[in-house]
Amino acid sequence: MNFPILSSLILLPTIGALFILFTKSSTGKYQSSKYVALFISLANFLLSLYLWYVFDKDSVDFQFVENREWLSGFINYKVGIDGISILFIILTTFITPICIISVNATITNRLKDFLIAILIMETFMIGVFCSLDLVVFYLFFEAGLIPMFLIIGIWGGERRVYSAFKFFLYTLLGSVLMLVAIISIYWITGTTDVEKLYELGIQAEYQNLLWLAFFSSFAVKTPMWPVHTWLPDAHVEAPTVGSVLLAAILLKMAGYGFIRFSLGLFPIASENFTMLVYVLSLIAIIYTSLVALMQEDMKKLIAYSSVAHMGFVTLGIFTMTQQGIEGSIFQMISHGLVSAALFLSVGVVYERHHTRLINKYGGLVSIMPRYAIVFMVFTLGSLGLPGTTGFIGEFLILMGAFEKNILVAMIASLGVILGAAYMLWLFKRVVFGEMNKQELKSMKDLKTFEIITLSALVIPILFFGFYPEPLMNSIEASVENTLNMYNFDLINNLALKD
Amino acid sequence: MVNFQYILPEIFISISIMLFLLVGVFKKNSASLIYNLSSISLVVLLALIINLSSLDTIYLFNDSYLIDNLSNYMKVILVGSGIFVMLTGSKYIQIINLNKIEYPILILSSILGMMIMISSNDLIVFYMGLELQSLALYVLASFNRDNLLSTESGLKYFVLSALSSGLLLYGCSLTYGFSESTNFDQILINSTEFNYGTTFGIVFILVGLAFKISAVPFHMWAPDVYQGSPTSVTLFFAILPKIAALSVFIKFLYTPFANMNDQWQTIIVFISIASMIFGAVAAIGQKNLKRLIAYSSISHMGYALAGLSTVSNQGIQSSITYISIYLVMNLAFFSCLFMLKRNDKYYENIEDLSGLSKKHPILSFSLLIVLFSLAGIPPLAGFFAKFYVFLAVIEQSMYFLAIVGLLATVIAAFYYLRIIKIIYFDPEKEKYETSDNLGLKITLAISTIFILAYFIYPSGITEIVSKITMI
Repeated sequence: MNFPILSSLILLPTIGALFILFTKSSTGKYQSSKYVALFISLANFLLSLYLWYVFDKDSVDFQFVENREWLSGFINYKVGIDGISILFIILTTFITPICIISVNATITNRLKDFLIAILIMETFMIGVFCSLDLVVFYLFFEAGLIPMFLIIGIWGGERRVYSAFKFFLYTLLGSVLMLVAIISIYWITGTTDVEKLYELGIQAEYQNLLWLAFFSSFAVKTPMWPVHTWLPDAHVEAPTVGSVLLAAILLKMAGYGFIRFSLGLFPIASENFTMLVYVLSLIAIIYTSLVALMQEDMKKLIAYSSVAHMGFVTLGIFTMTQQGIEGSIFQMISHGLVSAALFLSVGVVYERHHTRLINKYGGLVSIMPRYAIVFMVFTLGSLGLPGTTGFIGEFLILMGAFEKNILVAMIASLGVILGAAYMLWLFKRVVFGEMNKQELKSMKDLKTFEIITLSALVIPILFFGFYPEPLMNSIEASVENTLNMYNFDLINNLALKD
Repeated sequence: MVNFQYILPEIFISISIMLFLLVGVFKKNSASLIYNLSSISLVVLLALIINLSSLDTIYLFNDSYLIDNLSNYMKVILVGSGIFVMLTGSKYIQIINLNKIEYPILILSSILGMMIMISSNDLIVFYMGLELQSLALYVLASFNRDNLLSTESGLKYFVLSALSSGLLLYGCSLTYGFSESTNFDQILINSTEFNYGTTFGIVFILVGLAFKISAVPFHMWAPDVYQGSPTSVTLFFAILPKIAALSVFIKFLYTPFANMNDQWQTIIVFISIASMIFGAVAAIGQKNLKRLIAYSSISHMGYALAGLSTVSNQGIQSSITYISIYLVMNLAFFSCLFMLKRNDKYYENIEDLSGLSKKHPILSFSLLIVLFSLAGIPPLAGFFAKFYVFLAVIEQSMYFLAIVGLLATVIAAFYYLRIIKIIYFDPEKEKYETSDNLGLKITLAISTIFILAYFIYPSGITEIVSKITMI
């Protein structure tokens, strides 16, 4: 197929952003620019669905590959997708229009700039999941910092400057080491093309250091304990839409990076450091769950729950089992939907009551019944009730973990209980209880656009919770292939040692 | 018989300088005329240099003057940025009452000196060029003679520069003494064996050059001179002498002292690391934008030198690419600075940028692009500049230099972010006048688009630069 579908996916939002830039900003509500943004992002979503439709689920090769000469012959612009990346692309294109619809409520000033930032962000996020060259990957990975910094800094809350700086500098510090590693890989193997690197393999003696350099970047982005502290700050201060983008997609870049690069390129090192990842993941799961229990701010609670959920993801990836990795990918998709939905739900009440403190709410069920229902679905999705996507992810991850290390799996299972505890408690305090606060009584139930966005998220959470086959089908072959390569490399290396 | 056609650009610019001087003396109120004529003569000069650049390596005047790919490329970017410096500064010098005939003539003489430096292949020719450009720069720095800071900066630059020139001369004479020649190629041939005399010579010469490039620990003059000089002169300082000094650096390290790289490599690595870290840390507390950009240029020179320390063609090319991108970023930054004008007064403190984005969205966007690019964030041009340098550095397995350099970019990112914060997050101030200066707008537009769109076709510069080989 000659049509460069991936490049179109990457470029379309940017073109839309340019379009918005040059539209005359009509005074008042800036409606035109919003419709342009919505149209572009929906078009991109449809394009990605088409991509999913023509995507060959049984093939293990990279598909829709585009390879162009870029950096004077030695680094190519190369994009392509396989079963691991396709779902993330769809998640990105799905979340973006939802963000743009929700802009209504939260963003009052500089709407045009905000839409441009979101669309540019979408370009970079899709780019991350498509790129098949380490340098191109790094480019997209880092470039995302710029719009996100502005989103937090311009439209954020009170401590936005602090949070924006923390977010930017933390992630940048993690990433520069990855740049050193990428350049080193170029000089060790003579290429940064991921496909070629899969074939060539990287000599065992370099792998540990390179793995650590990549890890430093991904661990910050995931975020793993103890470098997770930027996340609660960024989430709390970012506008609702910013939190949604951050939680739903930005965090997934690192999980994706772990599977694609850490496992794919450095199997021996990954095996060596498995225990490290287990320990950090377990701390993340248990410790941040406990921290989440104590939070008084709703957004902060969800932020900490994100850290715990991402702990499951990293745990699942490094079990190196079919179930574990599939579960991790599924968990990431699920978390992308659920956390986006939770942040939007918090946004709904925040917009009406202008506080995120949990104890300022209570008894919302009596005045906002529709809100109570959707919020319940998301809560249950987050704690992993069977019938929601959250369950399948966690279940598969724990299955993988039990196969490898029973102790780790048992501790991780504790996290599921804690997860249920803090989410249900949150739900109880906000939605149930006595309706005894006068100022809450004037709160209105969901508006139309909120119903649209929230139900757009309810549907996939429940649908794929009951019927995960379509997602699993897309992932399966590629995960199997990744694991085969991984084990093949390990065995080869052991044979060399003997 | 010397073929004068090859030094046509130098002859042309010398004649122009003398002619303009005569015009200035005999014709009253001819300052603007001379300014425009000088700009035009720079364009002609650029055309002449490009016309010559297809030629091979040519030695002139008993091998004391050399025209090769390196010198041609450096001269092109030198004169090219000279044109933009003239273009952006024209309005500025009128408003602060500096529109005198000497100003453009001094700039031209300084450029002539730099061209001689770039092409020199002999210690004496090199020194002549160096002094010609420095002498013009002393005067330019203190050109705003009613201003205390400007006169101070001129004096400071003069005293310190004279000291460094003295050290440089001492280094030159030591080198001459121990290698029995002033010709670069001859020095290379004669200095095959190690001796302390030449080592000391290298050290002194490097000190002098590091001063010109404002690398740590010889950077002390830069912040004061940058702040005190008129902004158009600061722009000149930030770009042109750096181009000339860097190409002389390349020349010295890879022609006469090529055999002694184990002697100078450590020095360059040290200077480079010190500059990167110091420039990044010291800029954090600054309040004046010109002073801040002085520290930022110190750290940028550290990166350029990191490329030179690798002893490889790749490294030299990466340094040259670095300085090319660096000059565009500086042009863009200073163009923004020239736009901060209200009631014939120019503003240059960071606080003056507060809330700029609300009333000047385009200007703020340009600044945003420039600052992120200076910080080296992809996909902007500044990232590629650093990428090439680190590509070369890691090729030689100099991991320490690479990691320190990249960590310094994180520190540096902090103060660039601070400016962006002030522009975008802080409460707004009074509106600035919209600029009616076309030259300034064009410069800003070209440089911003260059920075923004560099990633689309990044091999453009690399392909030209890859012709420059020294080893």
